[in-house]
Amino acid sequence: MNITQAIRDILGSNEAFAGKADQLSEDDSLFDMGLDSFGSVQLMLALEERFSVEFPDALLNRKSFATIRAIRDAVSTLVRQEAA
Amino acid sequence: MSTLAARAERAAAVAARHADAVDREGRFPEEAVAALKAERLLGLQIPSQFGGEGAGLTQIAELCSTLGHACSAAAMVFAMHHIKVSSLVTHALDSAWHCRLMERIAREQLLVASSTTEAGIGGDLRNSLCAVETTGEVFALGKDASVISYGAQADLILATARRNPDAATSDQVLVALLADQISLGRTGGWDTLGMRGTCSEGFRLEARDVPVEQILPKPFAEIAAQSMLASSHLLWSSVWYGIASYAVDRARAFVQAEARRRPGQVPPTALRLAEVSNAHQAMRGTIVTALRRFEDAHGDADTIGSLGFCVMLNNLKVTVSDMAVDIVRRALSIVGLAGYKNDTPFSLGRPLRDVLSAPLMIGNDRILANTAKLLLVQKSSGQLMSA
Repeated sequence: MNITQAIRDILGSNEAFAGKADQLSEDDSLFDMGLDSFGSVQLMLALEERFSVEFPDALLNRKSFATIRAIRDAVSTLVRQEAA
Repeated sequence: MSTLAARAERAAAVAARHADAVDREGRFPEEAVAALKAERLLGLQIPSQFGGEGAGLTQIAELCSTLGHACSAAAMVFAMHHIKVSSLVTHALDSAWHCRLMERIAREQLLVASSTTEAGIGGDLRNSLCAVETTGEVFALGKDASVISYGAQADLILATARRNPDAATSDQVLVALLADQISLGRTGGWDTLGMRGTCSEGFRLEARDVPVEQILPKPFAEIAAQSMLASSHLLWSSVWYGIASYAVDRARAFVQAEARRRPGQVPPTALRLAEVSNAHQAMRGTIVTALRRFEDAHGDADTIGSLGFCVMLNNLKVTVSDMAVDIVRRALSIVGLAGYKNDTPFSLGRPLRDVLSAPLMIGNDRILANTAKLLLVQKSSGQLMSA
């Protein structure tokens, strides 16, 4: 399962990233590019559904959703915990 | 006396003296703001190395409440000024130009206003239509600012705009514009039920040849999430607490006067006063808890920008704004006709009209709708004594 591609697919369904999710670098600031609080909520919900995980409250901050790399790190950790 | 409380009391006394005239004439509370400058209260939050006093939001909140007791409009101007200053203090320390600006605010007691609202966008401060247009080392900005509170009286306006003409509406920067760098054409008035002295008029703002270094380096998205949301809700709430406290004080004085006239009896209104006192304490507890949580975060961006913290601040605003209206209304029912009339020691018309703005300035439904979205992912309500 390619987590990064899944994140890009989900981002692509957000208005701010439509058509450009695949061009984002792993460290581009998603907030600078227009991700707002509702967009990050939608992103979390989609990731939770896609990977059958739940983001704990401790991860519900801007840092966890700042970049594709940060999201992938958070999701990978949760997926590993789920598998263990 | 030169303690902070004493300085605030002196400024509040001036504000109280002119509050009725400010309200009646719908004019800027110039005497109160002159007193705030004379007591050097506009630079309080500026760090001491820039000539300020390094005050925290809790101290500013206390002053907002003191002023709210005296004159709602003066208190709201003071609160809005310090909300803007908190953005500079939190986000501009790495910008030499803005550090010099902070020195000027402290030294010259500059009054800072905000321009976020824009025609076509409404009150959604996280979107802009207007854009910074850079040519070499300078930029131009034209904005249909449907509201700039005390825009005509401010020494400095912090305005939101898109980063450049190609940027998304949410890709915003905050620019500092000195009064002598802009022209303001009035496009809308401010003839309102209450809060008449904030002079929140509409303007066409035009700025040209402004040095690009006056653009804050931090994206506005971060400023909004990490300092503005918290400072706005905490300081507005403190103003509303001051207004509610004034009404409760009037009601208490009224009940006590009744009690003195009929020794040996508890006046029937005393029971209603007990109810109001109950609500007033709950209101205070809600604000103090939020201020403590903010102070406990010690400026940590991850904590303050977290979803749980945002829910807490949203809840603070909705709860406190509704309680403030309820408390003033109930105080009026205790005082009765003496409160309804405008020329008695118990008059409550002005504070009632003023406080009715609380649930409307950023409408509570809009805030609840935002909370509703955040609750779609929040997992726990936290512990009693911790987040």
